[in-house]
Amino acid sequence: MKLKINGSEYTLDVDMRTSLLDACRDHLGLTGSKKGCDHGQCGACTMLVNGRRINSCLTLAVMHEGDEITTIEGLGNPAALHPMQEAFLHHDGFQCGYCTPGQIVSAVGMLGEVADGWPSHASADVNGRPELSGGEIRERMSGNLCRCSAYPNIVDAIETASAKLKETA
Amino acid sequence: MRPFEYARAGDVAEAGRLAGRFIAGGTNLLDLMKLEVETPEKLVDITRLPLRGIEETDDGGLRIGALVTNSDLAAEPCIRRDYEVLSRALLAGASGQLRNKATTGGNLLQRTRCNYFYEPSQPCNKREPGSGCGAIGGFNRIHAVLGASKHCIATHPSDMAVAMRVLDAAVETQKADGSSRTIPLGELYRLPGETPQIETVLEPGELITAVRLPKPRAGTQRYRKVRDRASYAFALVSVAAIVRMEGSTIAEAGLAFGGLAPMPWRDAQVEAALVGKEPTMANFDKAADILLAEAEGQGGNDFKIPLARRTLKAVLADATKGA
Repeated sequence: MKLKINGSEYTLDVDMRTSLLDACRDHLGLTGSKKGCDHGQCGACTMLVNGRRINSCLTLAVMHEGDEITTIEGLGNPAALHPMQEAFLHHDGFQCGYCTPGQIVSAVGMLGEVADGWPSHASADVNGRPELSGGEIRERMSGNLCRCSAYPNIVDAIETASAKLKETA
Repeated sequence: MRPFEYARAGDVAEAGRLAGRFIAGGTNLLDLMKLEVETPEKLVDITRLPLRGIEETDDGGLRIGALVTNSDLAAEPCIRRDYEVLSRALLAGASGQLRNKATTGGNLLQRTRCNYFYEPSQPCNKREPGSGCGAIGGFNRIHAVLGASKHCIATHPSDMAVAMRVLDAAVETQKADGSSRTIPLGELYRLPGETPQIETVLEPGELITAVRLPKPRAGTQRYRKVRDRASYAFALVSVAAIVRMEGSTIAEAGLAFGGLAPMPWRDAQVEAALVGKEPTMANFDKAADILLAEAEGQGGNDFKIPLARRTLKAVLADATKGA
């Protein structure tokens, strides 16, 4: 099968059962995405597929031939951090760091959803333009768990990154 | 996970001919395959089929392609405007990542989250017919109080399906032989009875291709979900409501319930009891009496009976306020 990840083409010959997460971690050396629960409950494996965030543990790699896949490695690197990565560092949005790649990729995907005007369960009016309040961030990020419970700093980091991304947009 | 053969369908007719288990979002099926609760020998990937459109129908309703994702459907402007209860129910379910993957057809056909169904070392008549029901006499806090049987007390987990039920949705299907039919949502699901492993009237190889919604109903739309945490949890009780007032009385009431039964639950007698009545707590209680007349707790889920009453009354009070 052929996969396009972070702009590069990869050819793989793997068992049909291989999840997108395992394909990246075990076969392509892209170990930034983490395996937490492997059942779509924790969000540590979050990747962007065609710009939308998904749980990469709950999908088969073979089903994503032709898709544009972005992992944490594709967002930034130590020499050129993504604004969301910078904000997580600045606000100390983690303790052990295991959930962090998933949190960051999910937050980037989430801001794209807000920019597209998607409502959430926390939106008072589903027909209005969503405003990114703390309550909205918490609801929209509920698919990413943090066992160290760094949530207050994660919310602060996302608010900061959101403001910065708006400035540069 | 057991090995399986993988095939990708190029069109709807081919999907039926390939004769395997359909996979679209896969968020529930792959989870169950990892646990070996589901062990399909062949997966037919239908994600390339042209079933992602949302279009208006001649009768003023909508036709929603089976592969429209839960997040796209919730965000669709005409859904938010005319079928708010559906948008709200979708947004109350799962997480952002899951809604981006999960599809309209797949959401309807997701399996119960009963702990015994999910654990192959435990008895479960739905997973292994004849093995017994571990939830009866076991941990049954999340289980059904309406429509269950002595063979199975599992609930249907979908929020979306509850809203679809109150909206009188119908599914369009194509069978393996190429013929198609339309099934009202109220006739799609089967109660467990003695065969809890058979959950719908769909035939093997029959594919849901679309969901049809009738033209929008006038009235106030509400979806209220009660759960163990504020987000990303299944409903203990949920109520989807469309209520239209005329002056100080209720002219029309549509009500569907989640978390209570093996299928999205609707009871025409509950709705009839409200029509022509003033929106008082006494009248809401009478409707709840009818809804819950046959309700039966199993110990751990006894609390759902008063919780359903209180949730129904709260939703009706909210939907009729200002009248």
